[in-house]
Amino acid sequence: MGVGRTLSVALLGLTGAVVEVESDISAGLPGFVLIGLPDTALGEAKDRVRSAASNSGCALPSHKLTVNLSPAALPKHGSGFDLAIAVSILAAAGSVHAESVERVVHVGELGLDGRLRPVNGVLPAVLAASRAGHRVVMVPTGNADEASLVPDVRVVPVASLRDAAIWHGGEYQPVPVEPIERVGTPEGHEAAAEHLDLTDIVGNEEAIGALLAAAAGAHHVFLLGPPGAGKTMLASRLPGLLPDLEPAEALEVSSIRSLAGLAVGSSLVTRPPLESPHHTATAAAMVGGGSGQIRPGAAVRATHGVLFLDEAPEFSMAVLDCLRQPLESGRISIHRASAVAHFPGRFQLVMAANPCPCGQYGAQDASCMCPPNARRRYLARISGPLLDRIDIQLGVRQVTAAQLALSTDGPRMSTADGRARVTAARAAARERLRATPWTLNSQVPGSWLRNGTAALGGRATAALDRALERGGITMRGYDRVLRLSWTLADLDGEGRPSPDHVGRALFLRRAMS
Amino acid sequence: MAAKDELGRWGEQLVAERLTEQGYAVLDRNWRCEQGEIDLVVQRGDDTVFVEVKTRSGTAFGHPFEAITVAKLARLRRLAGEWCEQHGATRRRIRIDAVAVLAPPGAAPTIEHLEGVF
Repeated sequence: MGVGRTLSVALLGLTGAVVEVESDISAGLPGFVLIGLPDTALGEAKDRVRSAASNSGCALPSHKLTVNLSPAALPKHGSGFDLAIAVSILAAAGSVHAESVERVVHVGELGLDGRLRPVNGVLPAVLAASRAGHRVVMVPTGNADEASLVPDVRVVPVASLRDAAIWHGGEYQPVPVEPIERVGTPEGHEAAAEHLDLTDIVGNEEAIGALLAAAAGAHHVFLLGPPGAGKTMLASRLPGLLPDLEPAEALEVSSIRSLAGLAVGSSLVTRPPLESPHHTATAAAMVGGGSGQIRPGAAVRATHGVLFLDEAPEFSMAVLDCLRQPLESGRISIHRASAVAHFPGRFQLVMAANPCPCGQYGAQDASCMCPPNARRRYLARISGPLLDRIDIQLGVRQVTAAQLALSTDGPRMSTADGRARVTAARAAARERLRATPWTLNSQVPGSWLRNGTAALGGRATAALDRALERGGITMRGYDRVLRLSWTLADLDGEGRPSPDHVGRALFLRRAMS
Repeated sequence: MAAKDELGRWGEQLVAERLTEQGYAVLDRNWRCEQGEIDLVVQRGDDTVFVEVKTRSGTAFGHPFEAITVAKLARLRRLAGEWCEQHGATRRRIRIDAVAVLAPPGAAPTIEHLEGVF
């Protein structure tokens, strides 16, 4: 009879809290009480733990067992506490060394046969344990790869509860079991994205230029054009142009994948993700939600990558406007009755749309039958405040026979070349913005661009000033054009934007009108 | 009498002897009324103790204590009240105990005694 304690991790969004699991064995009729705000899946741990323990040959004592998860006020979800509950009871019963169990963080679900099943969210959980100062973490064999991505933590992979008990000094004979592996192959998914090359795009030189500018300055993009113009093709090649993720970003992207139940593999994700939700997506699917456990949505999974909304006007307006918070702050907060979960939400937004419901408006060889007000209503579904945050608004035209013939000769830019130019341009911008809190052109506020050393002077901005005088663009649009011209100058390797850069930026801004 | 009933009788006898050794006086055995049966009623000092005895020859179907359910305990509690009423002893301190007898064939039986389980 005694008390055993160990540690586990409760996740809320991407943030984890270390939870102490205490077990008490008292004189009383056999029973199992689990307290400390468990949800249904966690409440079922009682039955899993009891069966798993007896089938592993280390049966739980036939007495009254009380297991407490503290802090008791913190809501706890899922099946990842099974291992911690089982070893804390074994420690209380004296079957394993209590001192050994006490300092290790345990994460894992038990099968009825006593084997350990991999769980979602192991990477953020181990990260949270590491940040709380714990150095040894025991995880199921199937999660060992992703757990070892966290630096300075000793990961102990175990295949079964029996193995865990033996590691903690229990006197049992080892029985080899087949470890349960995690399903899903990360390699297949990424290989598919690598096949998309920029050389596949024929004849759309200005669109490729816009894509490069978007990648270099992390500007949001709106592509407008008739069906078949290659909008989807262009958008799906943007992640390939982005530079590799920084280590901190890679850890965040991998953590989100782990939390979303996607396979992580044995190395951090280094390439930016691409998420393209369908236009029937709800707000919960877009940013995340759920009444019990709060799960990340498409916008969260696109963090440090690209969120591509094809047929943007077909999305519900409420869903589109959910994106305004992350576009503004780079964070997504989801409020529910039980808790508030915070997720990272710094993605690059790419929207594509047809110019009208029939899609043919502005196409050379087809005529649009939509009345003007239907056309206006169609694009008005994308709210003004949302469009305001998009720097590049590009009209994409269907490729003509002449363009196709012209483009067959002469070298075309490959994704690798494009990525090298983007990386160089980003380095130049970072160098120039060294003394400021920003690293990318899209983050710089307009007032900073118009005043002080960054002000361009009358000659460079002449075309822009004229557009402003004529009412062609607003003051906010003026700032966006300035930002974009800096990116274009960075791409050309020039220190300051020339009148030509400003002119091209103005074109990228106004091409849809 | 079925073999399991015989084992139960034998277990109850064993427990009665053990409790007598520990200074309890046996007041009643297999007391029956309409609602059921109390295995043992014993007394030591001021305490009147109602004992549920559970005997098993092995743990293949679980520990004997696992067979003592909440419903069974609730019935025992009602029976205890009934017994006190019939014996004109309503102002007693009562306690409900559970005793498990594990008697594997060919080995010495082990007795576990839990006091005040309800």
